[in-house]
Amino acid sequence: MRQRLRFYLGDELREIDAVDPTLTVLDWLRLSERRVGTKEGCAEGDCGACTVVVGRLDGDTLRYEAVNACIRFLATLDGCRLLTVEHLKGPDGALHPVQQAMVDCHGSQCGFCTPGFVMSLLALYLNEERPDGRRIDDALAGNLCRCTGYEPIVRAAQGMYDIGDRSADRFADRAAMAEKLKALRDEEILGVGAGGRRFLAPATVPQLAQLLLDNPGATIVAGATDVGLWVTKFQRVLATVIYTGRVRDLRRIEDRGDALVIGAGVTYSDAAERIAALYPDFGELIRRIGAEQVRNMGTIGGNIANGSPIGDTPPALIACGATLRLRRGAETRELPLEDFFIEYGRQDRREGEFVEAVILPKPAAGMRFRAYKIAKRFDQDISAVCGAFRLRLDGEGRVADIRIAFGGMSGTPKRAGAAEAALLGGHWTEDAVIRAMEAMAGDYTPLSDWRASAGYRSMVAANLLMKLYVETSDPAADTRLVGDRRLAHA
Amino acid sequence: MPDVTTPIAPAPTLPGARIEGAVHDPRRHESAHKHVSGEAVYVDDIAEPAGLLHVYLGLSSRAHARIRSIDLSPVRGAPGVVAVFTADDVPGVNDIGCMGKHDEPLFASTLVEHVGQPIFAVAAETRDQARRAAKLAVVEYEELPAVLTIAAARDGARTLVTPPMTLRVGDADAALAAAPHRVEGRLAIGGQEHFYLESQIAMAVPGEDQEVLIHVSTQHPTEVQHIVAHVLDVPDAAVTVEVRRMGGGFGGKETQSNLFAACTALVAKRTGRAAKLRPDRDDDFQITGKRHDFEIDYRVGFDGGGLVRGVEMLFAARAGYAADLSGPVTDRALFHADNGYFYPAARLESLPLKTNTVSNTAFRGFGGPQGMVAAERVIDEIAFALGKDPLEIRKRNFYGTDAGGDGRNLTPYHQTVTDNILPELVAQLEESSGYWTRREEIRAFNAKSRILRKGLALTPVKFGISFTASHYNQAGALVHVYTDGSIQLNHGGIEMGQGLYTKVAQVVAEEFQVDISTIRPTATSTGKVPNTSATAASSGSDLNGKAAQAAARSIRERLVAFAAEKWGVAPEAVRFGRNRVMVGDRDMSFADLVRAAYMARVQLSATGFYKTPKIHWDRAAGRGTPFYYFAYGAACAEVTVDTLTGEYVVDRVDILHDCGRSLNPAIDKGQIEGGFVQGMGWLTMEELWWDGEGRLRTHAPSTYKIPACSDRPRIFNVALLENAPNREDTIFRSKAVGEPPFMLGMSVFHALSDAVASVAGHRFCPRLDAPATPERVLTCIAALRERAAASRQ
Repeated sequence: MRQRLRFYLGDELREIDAVDPTLTVLDWLRLSERRVGTKEGCAEGDCGACTVVVGRLDGDTLRYEAVNACIRFLATLDGCRLLTVEHLKGPDGALHPVQQAMVDCHGSQCGFCTPGFVMSLLALYLNEERPDGRRIDDALAGNLCRCTGYEPIVRAAQGMYDIGDRSADRFADRAAMAEKLKALRDEEILGVGAGGRRFLAPATVPQLAQLLLDNPGATIVAGATDVGLWVTKFQRVLATVIYTGRVRDLRRIEDRGDALVIGAGVTYSDAAERIAALYPDFGELIRRIGAEQVRNMGTIGGNIANGSPIGDTPPALIACGATLRLRRGAETRELPLEDFFIEYGRQDRREGEFVEAVILPKPAAGMRFRAYKIAKRFDQDISAVCGAFRLRLDGEGRVADIRIAFGGMSGTPKRAGAAEAALLGGHWTEDAVIRAMEAMAGDYTPLSDWRASAGYRSMVAANLLMKLYVETSDPAADTRLVGDRRLAHA
Repeated sequence: MPDVTTPIAPAPTLPGARIEGAVHDPRRHESAHKHVSGEAVYVDDIAEPAGLLHVYLGLSSRAHARIRSIDLSPVRGAPGVVAVFTADDVPGVNDIGCMGKHDEPLFASTLVEHVGQPIFAVAAETRDQARRAAKLAVVEYEELPAVLTIAAARDGARTLVTPPMTLRVGDADAALAAAPHRVEGRLAIGGQEHFYLESQIAMAVPGEDQEVLIHVSTQHPTEVQHIVAHVLDVPDAAVTVEVRRMGGGFGGKETQSNLFAACTALVAKRTGRAAKLRPDRDDDFQITGKRHDFEIDYRVGFDGGGLVRGVEMLFAARAGYAADLSGPVTDRALFHADNGYFYPAARLESLPLKTNTVSNTAFRGFGGPQGMVAAERVIDEIAFALGKDPLEIRKRNFYGTDAGGDGRNLTPYHQTVTDNILPELVAQLEESSGYWTRREEIRAFNAKSRILRKGLALTPVKFGISFTASHYNQAGALVHVYTDGSIQLNHGGIEMGQGLYTKVAQVVAEEFQVDISTIRPTATSTGKVPNTSATAASSGSDLNGKAAQAAARSIRERLVAFAAEKWGVAPEAVRFGRNRVMVGDRDMSFADLVRAAYMARVQLSATGFYKTPKIHWDRAAGRGTPFYYFAYGAACAEVTVDTLTGEYVVDRVDILHDCGRSLNPAIDKGQIEGGFVQGMGWLTMEELWWDGEGRLRTHAPSTYKIPACSDRPRIFNVALLENAPNREDTIFRSKAVGEPPFMLGMSVFHALSDAVASVAGHRFCPRLDAPATPERVLTCIAALRERAAASRQ
């Protein structure tokens, strides 16, 4: 076991022996390092003021990703490179093109969110050449600004490509840094801690399986987009944290022919393109989960394993007929995803068991998939209701297959059995759909809370079935406000 | 000190190169390069003095209860804890209220009146320790009935936190009775959390004797000074409050910073160690007040042409548990209940209701927005009742223009509007936005669109500029010229992102004809410029710009007199050019002149002072001239609504806004764009939600949604009205811009209402309440469809 955390802060190799397992990157920067350019706005990964860029190896290539420093644990940076706003100015004091564009476009007013925007823009600048407007909106969705109304920041995102030579950028040469990070890579378990509390980061699946058997009370952490809040908001003290992010085999997506086997450690960002290729509307749904910083950390496995009734991928996965592979020691078992969720706060997972992969079947010919996320805000919001549908009609226009699953309507992500039964075998007509909408009232008893009232949830869930009907029966109807409107007619 | 009533004429300037950063230039923000590099220092970034203690607050978990007992021993015994403070430890007055009503204790002692009310403070070695310890108190409560909503407060004892106001013009009852048509209704408007990105924060450093220095994120250092002095029972002169910049304020740091400053000052003086308090975002939401939510009952009488004959409105506001600024805020709701419309007869009343929720406070617009939304609802009602386009009714009811002289210029507070430019401004926007063409296109779109519906609205803004508390309309400045020609600038205004320091530096650069890089703005401090007003009411550059101008002109006058005498020329022959001065034929650098003046023992430092002329206000009589002038604007918004879900997007917004002769068009445009999006957020997605126990459940960005990048209008055309200098003698004829654009967001709200109305053929006024979340929009659509179906039967 390696007992020393190693990562690069800019170009400087940092090696740390004693580290609190849940110390956040933000607190380390501000309190220990006195690097105060990175700001705390919310301490829950929702405002982006703390955005930093992390370089990590994806295979042998270096990838730069914007992440929220406020909910990321320092020890998860093992083997990575951390860039903060202080790294951007050149040795001669010149502003980086990203910074200069923000100045030129009047992109800052109070300036408090600005370092976070600058870092999100840096990630964009390093990864993409002249993105379109929609892509810029996505890249900035995780950064809140209360002063500017965003317009000048978007102009900066366009203008930054006109300043300087992007290929000659200081961060453009990834090969040398990739080599340095490769030199840090090993197959040992990382075990660091302080005050009797431990952070364990295995490198392989068997190591992970064994650690979970040996540490029954441990908290499994993948992206920490949820667990991070236990620490920052509820000040929970976690004795042992087992981090899955170093396990390379969990970060793979395998094409099994009839299905994708998505490792539990695959982040939303990693999965988006592959899933979108099979189910375009699922890709659109992923685009609206959290924001870039959250999608770069959060994992689909984590979204399932934490059992939330308002996680966005479970309804879609259930509608697609996904199964879950759980592992305990060397034993594995598979079950339909909907069976994993027993009731609110309870899942079919035994002590020492972990989600290893989710198996997403490929769509059969003629299958149509739709997913709709309803929230107060399109980006970086939690669903009030999330509905997903898989439909196949037979040659006579009868419903040969229908799977309907909702999040936000019950204590768990749940299928609409009565509505499905009302439709199955019948003709796909507006009358049938209206009957199924009525039947759906028996499927769910939603709650009222700050996201939506029970009445709205029920009404909108039923209406989404109508939306599905319109989209599958009337190609001329315009039904989408955001995303790729063509998806509605795919 | 120059007399403000006889302004000094600008000095003759030289032709030739313009200075960098002159007035009217689109100069970048003075701190932009520091914002983008992370080098701009906010209070939490200041290097901490050795031994600094971190303070955290213990909060009430009940909305209304008597405190039976408090056991703080677990708090005292927690790791790292150094001291705990309660009401008993306050040496002076246990009160932080801004109105002198003694209704806002620093620490509750026997009674708690809202969830989140501070009961004690704990100081520990680290913030984490203080935060953990604060949760350990054992408080025994005896629960009392809690009044949480406007409805409950109206139905109950109707306790008011402050006396209400009534504005009267003409005989509203008679006018309503005689009007050919009448409509009445009720409009509910939600509150708003400021969501400044930098949360509240204060750091106090103890000094000698009674002295204390406080770094705090506040819009109102002088009030903090007063509050700290009376909490500590020390003279004002012992307290220095300093603010370099804030990470946003929006009104939320006008009075709400008092608590944090007073608390750290108390800890610092009692322990002899520096003390810092920064609440977590969730606690900041719970502890601090917000924009007031309102329920407004209206009655309007009008004629067949849509002309208003008489209006009655009752503005019931949820004030929260204490007065705070609820008096002036609800007053301003009445002051703007006319927006840009002439009411021949009106009776407008406020009802600032006491509730067991956090005490609501200032927020950009300060009650004005709620008044204006009510005015626009009334106009919509008339339009629906008569089957006309709302824009027609809007235009028909505008105040008269000076030139018109048709007697339609008297406001409900008996000030005559003399600078009305709305008719021309709206006509320009109507044309540039293509309102009528798009109205037809939208009608055609809606006729054939099954699920998506579009809506369009053009709404005006007329906003009165000046503090309605007349004595606040004063400012001071301090300018030092050093012997190398560099200049330090200080004034009473706070830089909170709005570009105030940049604009005032432009004024001083202009006065001395030196590049703006010569001017160094310094942190606002009660020790440099005393007795300042809050940076609020959009007044920052109007007041501080004039004060700094006066200071700069004092020094320049001395330089001119000195040069004229020394080189034997007439004062008119001393002319300032870019970083240079011509004295007769003698050309010298500004620095050379300054050095020569210093050698001749000329004073190179000056204070400046300004007070707004012409204004007065008699609240009891409801008469006066509370505003120096009005700022105008208008916005045209187009939205698309999904009638199956209630979701919507803002497709296009066109804005034409009046900044007078803008001091800095780039900064002003930023204020307009940002203000618009913030106003739109208030009326659309931003929803405050309390549960039945009075706990705010939308308490952080995870649950409280402000507009994100993709929510801004997809097409966003923003223009400043050209060739429209302020008719009053404001600083370089500019107009205030902080608040007015906020209300441009109403256009989105009314466009949503327009889209919703389309599902019932525009036959019924949708009476959409705010915030128009997707849920409210869908509920409204469902109700309209039912109503339309019922009316067919």
